[in-house]
Amino acid sequence: MAAFGVSCGAAASYRLFLGGRVSFARGQGLWKAAAAKLQRSLGCQILRLRHTTVVTTRKNVTALRRETYTVDFIKKQIEEFNIGKRHLANMMGEDPETFTQEDIDRAIAYLFPSGLFEKRARPVMKHPEEIFPKQRAIQWGEDGRPFHFLFYTGKQSYYSLMHGAYGKLLDVENRQDQLRAKGLFSEKTKAKDPIGSRWLIKEELEEMLVEKLSDQDYAQFIRLLERLSALPCDEAEEEFVGRFRRSVTIQSKKQLIEPVQYDEKGMAFSTGRGNRKTAKAEVAVYDHGSGKIEVNGVDYLLYFPVTQDREQLMFPFHFLDRLGQHDVTCTVSGGGRAAQAGAIRLATARALCSFVSEDQVEWMRQAGLLTADPRVRERKKPGQEGARRKFTWKKR
Amino acid sequence: MVPGSVLPRLLGAGVRRRPLQLHLVQTATPGPAGPSGRTLGSAAASAAREPERSSDLNERILSEPLKHFDFFNVKELFSVRSLFDARVHLGHKAGCRHRFMEPYIFGSRLDQDIIDLEQTATHLQLALNFTAHVAYRGGIILFVSRKRQFSHLIENVARDCGEYAHTRYFKGGLLTNAPLLLGPMVRLPDLIIFLHTLNNVFEPHIAVRDAAKMNIPTVGIVDTNCNPSLITYPVPGNDDSPVAVQLFCRLFRTSIRRAKEKRKQVEALYRLQGQESSKGRGPADPPSPGVQAELDLGHSP
Repeated sequence: MAAFGVSCGAAASYRLFLGGRVSFARGQGLWKAAAAKLQRSLGCQILRLRHTTVVTTRKNVTALRRETYTVDFIKKQIEEFNIGKRHLANMMGEDPETFTQEDIDRAIAYLFPSGLFEKRARPVMKHPEEIFPKQRAIQWGEDGRPFHFLFYTGKQSYYSLMHGAYGKLLDVENRQDQLRAKGLFSEKTKAKDPIGSRWLIKEELEEMLVEKLSDQDYAQFIRLLERLSALPCDEAEEEFVGRFRRSVTIQSKKQLIEPVQYDEKGMAFSTGRGNRKTAKAEVAVYDHGSGKIEVNGVDYLLYFPVTQDREQLMFPFHFLDRLGQHDVTCTVSGGGRAAQAGAIRLATARALCSFVSEDQVEWMRQAGLLTADPRVRERKKPGQEGARRKFTWKKR
Repeated sequence: MVPGSVLPRLLGAGVRRRPLQLHLVQTATPGPAGPSGRTLGSAAASAAREPERSSDLNERILSEPLKHFDFFNVKELFSVRSLFDARVHLGHKAGCRHRFMEPYIFGSRLDQDIIDLEQTATHLQLALNFTAHVAYRGGIILFVSRKRQFSHLIENVARDCGEYAHTRYFKGGLLTNAPLLLGPMVRLPDLIIFLHTLNNVFEPHIAVRDAAKMNIPTVGIVDTNCNPSLITYPVPGNDDSPVAVQLFCRLFRTSIRRAKEKRKQVEALYRLQGQESSKGRGPADPPSPGVQAELDLGHSP
């Protein structure tokens, strides 16, 4: 007891000794104090605490100029690429004349196998135009006069685009005025824009113009195009606007709908698969039935005693208002109680797609019934008690 | 392509200050002899004489228009009557009046200032004459304005002339920090024409001050609420009515076009002269009267 008190007292005095100096370099001092204490407890010779001032100066980082690639350099790279392509074809034993980019990719993947996960970090051999960023050539001639009339604005491509678009807008309005003056103007309702296209995003526009844009510039440009597209346009103007629209694949079309199958008795049924965490389920939904659900040969009331799980099973039917109309037979393995319920729910929703209209499939997709839940258990990390939970922080 | 010559970099000067020089295709044929090279000599001597002759003629081409008061006859493009019809005399209300515009104001009617068109005519003649001379010598002309209403019109005018326009947001160091913003060896404008001296918040356009800093001459249409002090060739006039702005655009465009055409004519004549003298005549002939007459006849466009 006395020895304990002595060591405590020593520790306390040690802390007091450091107290004056801790304020100088707080984190450092504390760590060194802890290290010194550890050494002391181990019985080693205590090293004298040395407070070194770490001089951190702001290094003048010169603005990194973008590497300019000259035209000759790019040409040389292209020549080297072509020669290398022929060598590669010879190496692979193929015809150098008909060696396409896909062949090159396959050859490189074979010759330089890489286990890196990041696809962009793997070795690649592509045409120099795709690798080196597009750059502006010199903007003025030998006498120093710039080529473009908006050169002195700084953003010549962007402003010339705005100028052109505004000019087209004025033309359309003039035409409308002329028609109105002649009395031939008819209020045509424009065909609604198909949902399958979107405006260019800012990065795509920057890439097209080879110029940096600000958000306000981009917003202004889109506003001008919207205004232009709202008026009755000619084909030339439509084509101009079409250059800045990209098509968008509608998500729901990607949904695979299982075909309806028929068993020996002539009963229509459809199968579906689903998984959740580690549980996998295969389900057969019969068209006409009384709402019976059989899981692994056992009634669902016995297999899932918890109400929550049974609610999960019923959700697809409840959503489509087909509660007592289908019979379900399913097999499920793996996972726990809730995971199995989730897997069966996903499988039944997928199976029901074949009995239901396309609009309802889209509604189901938007409700989240057709999306596999990607959440899995996060691993425990060393130095922590769980995946996220850290050990209790002890001040001393 | 990248210009071949590597000019020595002066301390802190990244901007190319090139004098407005004649850029001609150097013909191999000997031109007419200048005042110094009259001696009959060997082929080498005559070859040495050619750059002399061409530089003499260059100088004459450049200096001849400067001897006349109105070489390009810009006076005939407008009259006080045409300015009046285009409502150039209408200024702002008396409360908006700028102190330095008082000399140019004729009076005020119902509290609206009226600009003196006689003075406007004189100033406009000087401004158009200067613009024409700059265009004749191959200078870069930049049209600047910050009124959104006329932005499209001014850009079209600039493109038609083959000159440059800036009717957008003016970035801070565009003229004063040009090597960084526009490129290492950029050539700055040789003349800036302001169709509207004020920007959207009724303050003087930054380019007025920056052009004065960079020694770039300016021509500007100053209304009664503008400050004409820093502008080299101020033209007091209305800058708000569409008619007035269209008139000024037309005047500038015509004078620039005239000057450029004149220059082409003179150069073509010089080339013709050179070819003729190489074909028939000897090297010791005096310069043919054709070129001289063309240079003297400044008044016919």
